[in-house]
Amino acid sequence: MAENYVVEMQHITKQFGNYKANNDISLQLKKGEILALLGENGAGKSTLMRMLSGLLEPTSGQILIDGQPAHLNDPRDAKKLGIGMVHQHFMLIPAFSVLENIILGDEPTKGIKINFQKAAKDIQQLAAKYHLKIDLKAKVRDITVGMQQRVEIMKALYRQAHIFIFDEPTAALTPQEIKQLIKILRALANEGNSVIFITHKLKEIKEVADRCVVIRNGKVIDAVKVSETPEAALAEMMVGRKVNLGIIKQETDQSQKILKVENLTVENHGRLKVRNFNLTVHSGEIVGVAGVDGNGQSELIAALTGLIKSKSGIIKLLNQPLQNLSARQISQAGVGCIPEDRQNVGLILPLTIAENLVLKDYYHQPASRHGWLNYAAINQHGRQLIKDFDIRSQSEKEKAADLSGGNQQKVIVAREIAAQPKLLIAANPTRGVDIGAIEYIHEKIMAQRNAGRGVLLVSFELDEILKLSDRIVVMHEGQIVGELDPKTTTSEELGLMMAGKKPVMQKG
Amino acid sequence: MQIKSLKGLMIPLLSVIAGFLVGAIVMLIFGYDPLQNYINLFIGSLGDIYSIGETLRNMTPLILTALGFAVASKAGFFNIGGPGQYLFGWFGGISFALAFPHLPGLILIIGSLLCGAILGGIWSMIAGVLRAYFGTSEVITTIMLNYISLYFINYAIRSWLAKKGNDSSPNIVAKASLNTPFLKSITNNSTFNWGFFIALVVVVLVWLYFNKTNSGFEIKAVGINETASRYAGVNVKQTIIVAMLISGLLAGLGGAIDGLGNFQNISVSNNLPDVGFNGMAVALLASENPFGIIFAALLFSALQIGGLSISVYSNTPSEIVDIVIASIIFFVGIKYLFEWLLAKKRHHAQTKLSEGGR
Repeated sequence: MAENYVVEMQHITKQFGNYKANNDISLQLKKGEILALLGENGAGKSTLMRMLSGLLEPTSGQILIDGQPAHLNDPRDAKKLGIGMVHQHFMLIPAFSVLENIILGDEPTKGIKINFQKAAKDIQQLAAKYHLKIDLKAKVRDITVGMQQRVEIMKALYRQAHIFIFDEPTAALTPQEIKQLIKILRALANEGNSVIFITHKLKEIKEVADRCVVIRNGKVIDAVKVSETPEAALAEMMVGRKVNLGIIKQETDQSQKILKVENLTVENHGRLKVRNFNLTVHSGEIVGVAGVDGNGQSELIAALTGLIKSKSGIIKLLNQPLQNLSARQISQAGVGCIPEDRQNVGLILPLTIAENLVLKDYYHQPASRHGWLNYAAINQHGRQLIKDFDIRSQSEKEKAADLSGGNQQKVIVAREIAAQPKLLIAANPTRGVDIGAIEYIHEKIMAQRNAGRGVLLVSFELDEILKLSDRIVVMHEGQIVGELDPKTTTSEELGLMMAGKKPVMQKG
Repeated sequence: MQIKSLKGLMIPLLSVIAGFLVGAIVMLIFGYDPLQNYINLFIGSLGDIYSIGETLRNMTPLILTALGFAVASKAGFFNIGGPGQYLFGWFGGISFALAFPHLPGLILIIGSLLCGAILGGIWSMIAGVLRAYFGTSEVITTIMLNYISLYFINYAIRSWLAKKGNDSSPNIVAKASLNTPFLKSITNNSTFNWGFFIALVVVVLVWLYFNKTNSGFEIKAVGINETASRYAGVNVKQTIIVAMLISGLLAGLGGAIDGLGNFQNISVSNNLPDVGFNGMAVALLASENPFGIIFAALLFSALQIGGLSISVYSNTPSEIVDIVIASIIFFVGIKYLFEWLLAKKRHHAQTKLSEGGR
């Protein structure tokens, strides 16, 4: 066995009760290597990495760091051995400056005072070395997601990490930011650091990783050289069957105007978030709204679904004015919504699957009569939808909290689609769900379009927008800055427009 | 399911045991005999039919104030207004009974109880409205409303109900009393009254409300996740107000029952009634489960009633009982400690098991 592995995980098994999250996993990371860890949600990637970063202890097996057996019982142990983790959800304090966030917990001191100057100097040296552009004085709450991620990377660098674990680092980034991140990853590797990169996005693996370890159901399926393995093969290994990555759009009748928004203006906490917004969604059409997070998409959806009052403008569903009706009235009028945040908005996690499936219909027949709930009917309805929408669960009485992310999303999709809405609003419908569920949810959304309903798709995943939409509008600072045809546009063009750059006029 | 409900029982039980242990340690330190005192406590609360009657009577308002607290709590609100709502219920019940002494007995009782419950409900609803429309913290408003109710009711008793110069209202007519001769005769002249059975029925109603009605479902949903409920089309403002209304109705009913069953009148008071605050502790000990509340209320009531006899049979001060009660509340409060200990124990057992298997 070669001795120059930086990390060697040998026969790692992690058991939760009777469930084996990781089953005899072995994995090696070389110095200066970028290793992709590919697998669906729930495959065991995160569990494995949590053991490497000291958050979990393996049930059996051992971990070698730099050839030495390591006992990682605490995140501090991992830190000492030079392991730095960049989490999917950043662990930063919004009210603190970038500098304060970086040194937090490892402050250099001068007497009893923090030596900010020394810290700033050290950090700037590191920043120059790795091309990490960060503004040390800015408050974390004011900087972009991409910059926050660079702060997280700097935190690890500042603690002299040489093994970096990235957990789904591209989930919230624009294409331009992803490019920048990839540059940083390369710089890290070139300086002799090693990187583990958790993802389920095949394109990024092809672009940046040297090797790829595929995990499914807690077991290593294969470890392959990325340059020698086509995307489709990776996808197949990950899911365990052939995956249909493309979608064929059938012709639909798009003559009817389902949704018409005119001059809509929405304020949120006194700030103008949607200005003079105009949009039409036709029957049998998916309109994709692309844009960087925070450009008014959430407020647009909230106004369309009755969660906040619009300041002015008209919203019409098939000529019925909807503006400033209550959420329930809008839902009764035929607007369904798959919300962006499934755990905090779309579902009430401690309630059962069946209860969640009637969350918008519990108050009328057949779920309820004269104010009394009919649990026989509610549970029957739950069993039916669990079957129809292939929600993997033990029973309809299981709590929604106990489902995997993909299946939670299926519960929401089932509820919204079963109500047969005239307009379906889908906000990041596949964020953080596994490829199998993505495929399924996309099919269901497509089926709505093909059935002649209108679909408004708001997503930060450009691939998703490009794949599903009949038309793409780009939202920037509360307005539509351009409309694109998904057949002819590219993600670069979209990315530029999302950043607020005016579209370049085509010559001729 | 079974394991879960078992675990749910473990923590309150451990809290109670730990509370008794702390009480025993304190008694040992000060040179009293804990065993003898606990025996006296038990005899004093459940040792004979009279004591049982007193204990059951004493737990009746506790059940209702605890249910009131639990309803608000399910909706996500910390209703500290129990004492004020209870006072208004007491005041409402006695006032109605005094105002219409000529009504037939059953109608008089029903009217008095309803009057008390509704006053308590409206009083609590004020905090609900303030919360729903202005986002005012219900913790602050209910505390303030407690004091307003105490002084308003003292004023009302002196100026409207009591004879000039008196601090108490006259007694209600006998037919309005819930403490009937029959119950007196079977419990050796205790204050045990029909209110106890009303409270048990209300426990079942509250359970049905939460598990079988739209409105109860809405309160649960809003309590767990307001954003998701709003998205699902629930009228959150209305739900908040309804939750606080019901919460106050229950505490008010507790007050009315105590008035009609126990006191037979209402007097000027210097302090907010303890039963309002103790209801919170009872609800917490029972993890807000309506049926659990019956047992938690029984325990608290037995401690209070039995505590009276501790100082009768020995020279131990009866305040020792307050230490036990306070310790139990304290241990319920830090139930996470027990959860952690239980989890650790299970973890140990599991590691042992897997090691043995190898």
